Amino acid sequence: MHHTRRSVLKGAWALGALATAVAAGLLSPARALAAWNKGAFEAKNIADAMKSVGVSNAEESKAIEIRAPEIAENGAVVPIDITSNIPGTTSISVFIEKNPFPYTGTFDFSQGAVPYVHLRVKIGESSPVRVVATAAGKHYTTAKEVKVTIGGCGG
Amino acid sequence: MAEPMKIRATLQGDVADVRVLMAHPMETGQRKDAAGKLVPLHFIQTITAQLNGRTVFTADVSQAVSRNPVFAFKVKGAKVGDKLSITWQDNTGDKRTDEVVIRAGS
Repeated sequence: MHHTRRSVLKGAWALGALATAVAAGLLSPARALAAWNKGAFEAKNIADAMKSVGVSNAEESKAIEIRAPEIAENGAVVPIDITSNIPGTTSISVFIEKNPFPYTGTFDFSQGAVPYVHLRVKIGESSPVRVVATAAGKHYTTAKEVKVTIGGCGG
Repeated sequence: MAEPMKIRATLQGDVADVRVLMAHPMETGQRKDAAGKLVPLHFIQTITAQLNGRTVFTADVSQAVSRNPVFAFKVKGAKVGDKLSITWQDNTGDKRTDEVVIRAGS
């Protein structure tokens, strides 16, 4: 009797915690299964960041195009265009090697989305921008150096 | 409540060209205010775009994305009149969704 009551209470508490997490924005229903990868985003070097994202044995590829300025006058806003010409590309990840936290993001493409993305980023000091494209579970990578005259982190 | 996004979605052939501007400070947690105090981390973490209710593009990003973020992406097989909605959510749980209708390109 008591046992039953306790498990009911436990269950209610768990549900409540989940609802609180959803309300607090820790989990959005659509992304509940693929939560924001805190470990990867907090990694301080690119090797750890890549490992946390699950990238290993990335093969160098010329089929990934990175369009970014060679010299960015303002590191606070550096425009980057990335296109993967690798058939079946489902995601593109970006790492700015010399930023305090190199992992900048992952973009996933499905249902007709073309493996292309434009974004604008902060680059603290001159750094290679490394891109990893994933297609059929395999990883491909290339990098482009961006020189920065005024850093984009801090104030 | 966050400011509305500016979304432009135009059709070029059968590919929708989507461009979005989000109003967000994207604080890195490293910047100091006028009083010399660190401004806490405040940044968009996730973005989801849906075409007629189907998820086509998602992004998980860090505070290294510039203030008032701009993103562009392309979706093949879209038609004029299709509904495109974009949602972002930040590290404080704040979120915003805006929707536009895909227009014919010039």
